[in-house]
Amino acid sequence: MTTSHYQLKRVDLIFKNENDWKQILSRSLKRDQTDIVNSLISSELKGRGGAGFPTGLKWKLTAEQEADTRYIICNADEGEPGTFKDREILSQVPLKVLTAMAVCGYVIGATEGFIYLRGEYKFLEKPLNNAIKEFENYCNDIGFHFSIKIFMGSGAYICGEETALMESMEGHRGEPRNKPPYPTNNGYLGKPTVVNNVETLVHTYTIFKYGAKKFKDLGVQYSRGTKLFSISGDTPIPGIYELELGMSLQDFVDEFGDGDTKAVQVGGASGFLVPRKRFAETIIGYKGKLTGISLPTGGSMMLFNSSRSMFNVLNNYLDFFQEESCGQCTPCRVGCQQLLKGIHAVKRGEKHASYLKKLIKLSETMEYTAKCGLGQSVANSFSSIVENFWEEMVF
Amino acid sequence: MNSTQSLISELVSQHGKKRTSLLPILQGVVEQEKFLTEFSMIEIAKALDLPASDVYGTASFYSFLEHKKMGQFIIRVCKTITCDMKGKNQILLAIQDMLKINIGETTPDGKFSLLQTNCLGWCHKAPAMLINDEVFTEVTPEKVREIIGTYMKRND
Repeated sequence: MTTSHYQLKRVDLIFKNENDWKQILSRSLKRDQTDIVNSLISSELKGRGGAGFPTGLKWKLTAEQEADTRYIICNADEGEPGTFKDREILSQVPLKVLTAMAVCGYVIGATEGFIYLRGEYKFLEKPLNNAIKEFENYCNDIGFHFSIKIFMGSGAYICGEETALMESMEGHRGEPRNKPPYPTNNGYLGKPTVVNNVETLVHTYTIFKYGAKKFKDLGVQYSRGTKLFSISGDTPIPGIYELELGMSLQDFVDEFGDGDTKAVQVGGASGFLVPRKRFAETIIGYKGKLTGISLPTGGSMMLFNSSRSMFNVLNNYLDFFQEESCGQCTPCRVGCQQLLKGIHAVKRGEKHASYLKKLIKLSETMEYTAKCGLGQSVANSFSSIVENFWEEMVF
Repeated sequence: MNSTQSLISELVSQHGKKRTSLLPILQGVVEQEKFLTEFSMIEIAKALDLPASDVYGTASFYSFLEHKKMGQFIIRVCKTITCDMKGKNQILLAIQDMLKINIGETTPDGKFSLLQTNCLGWCHKAPAMLINDEVFTEVTPEKVREIIGTYMKRND
């Protein structure tokens, strides 16, 4: 057993309490808007899509903009390999998501909300629309005007990036915009817009129900609250688990591994690969002053045991990225293709093993120069896999 | 007015003429006709008062908006890492063997198309595949033969 200070704790907050939604909504609508924002800020909730922007601050910035119209968009374009938690939230507790969207609408002054649902989850459209109907009926009954529409995606990973998502909703190619301006002042149709991940919204519901303190008591400094983890790969118990943030990867592997775990991919294809020797020093949480390395995550945890070739894993990721790159900026469009070609050339012996170092340099260049998170994050998995499994790349 | 034109005018009256309706309209055409023709894209451009190149530019970005003739049932097998680890190749082989087509092809009777796709979001129940909008998880070669057998008998 490890002596890690950060223990793994299972929690059950996300998938319960849906029945209270009417009460939570009407109670929140009686509160002062600033009071709601302040309690979100003091809860230290950070966005659960992976980027980790403070949610309360996002709402505050959007509310402060001068504008006649504002929007709230729920980002349900869950496309990161190894992530499947949002689908489960939307099938099990949709009314919690809708309630949180409406409260956000009340806080920022939006009367219209959208759920951007990925095309692969089309089967959710009908049940979700039924939930929306029930929800809007209740809003009408209590005299609160707020409407929610589903916008379907059509098979493009990049549309999970918030500005690409808005381009897509506006009827364009899903190509990310330059930031700044940020969506909080220039979002959907040029209006101030809050874009929140499905899970983030559900956490705000928990905070509306129990208050900021109960949420903040969970987790560790800089990484408060719980997180849903999508666990897959070589594990006897794959599935969706709600855990307190701040656990060590060693504790995680002890709980979910198959006894032969050689590496864990934290945060999906755009995240980091952690080899066995670094499990103990790796903490799952947002960046901050934690001991060892802290890795933020959208919740994707993929376990690999010793029967897996890390060359195949990297090959699969790069194939994914070069298909899903929007092609707008050169570093990402060309970089992804060259990385994929490069690892094959080394594997076939056409290039010397030292060529891998050049490829790592290339991925670093992409990190500095690509326009959006997709191109910038290819370096994460690329260098963490190549550096830790050099032999597997060459032989 | 042919059937495509009336479908488009119906979709336009449902979603409106703004640019924000472009994707829903394209999706509506693909849902009915399984793919976008040059003709349907030009008709949409006319209806929304947009350059045809803009419609094509948008449509060609999205992998679910197909541009070549597709079968009635589009099979999309997930090829991302977990499904790959859990045997998606065996699933593909079983389907190819049963339908006698390769990846990217359509059966001569126009009933099935076989494609690979990126992460479907069912990694904990890999391997996964879609047939049109219906999801199948933890498929095995035996299960996939059974599933496709049922679709073969369908006459809708």
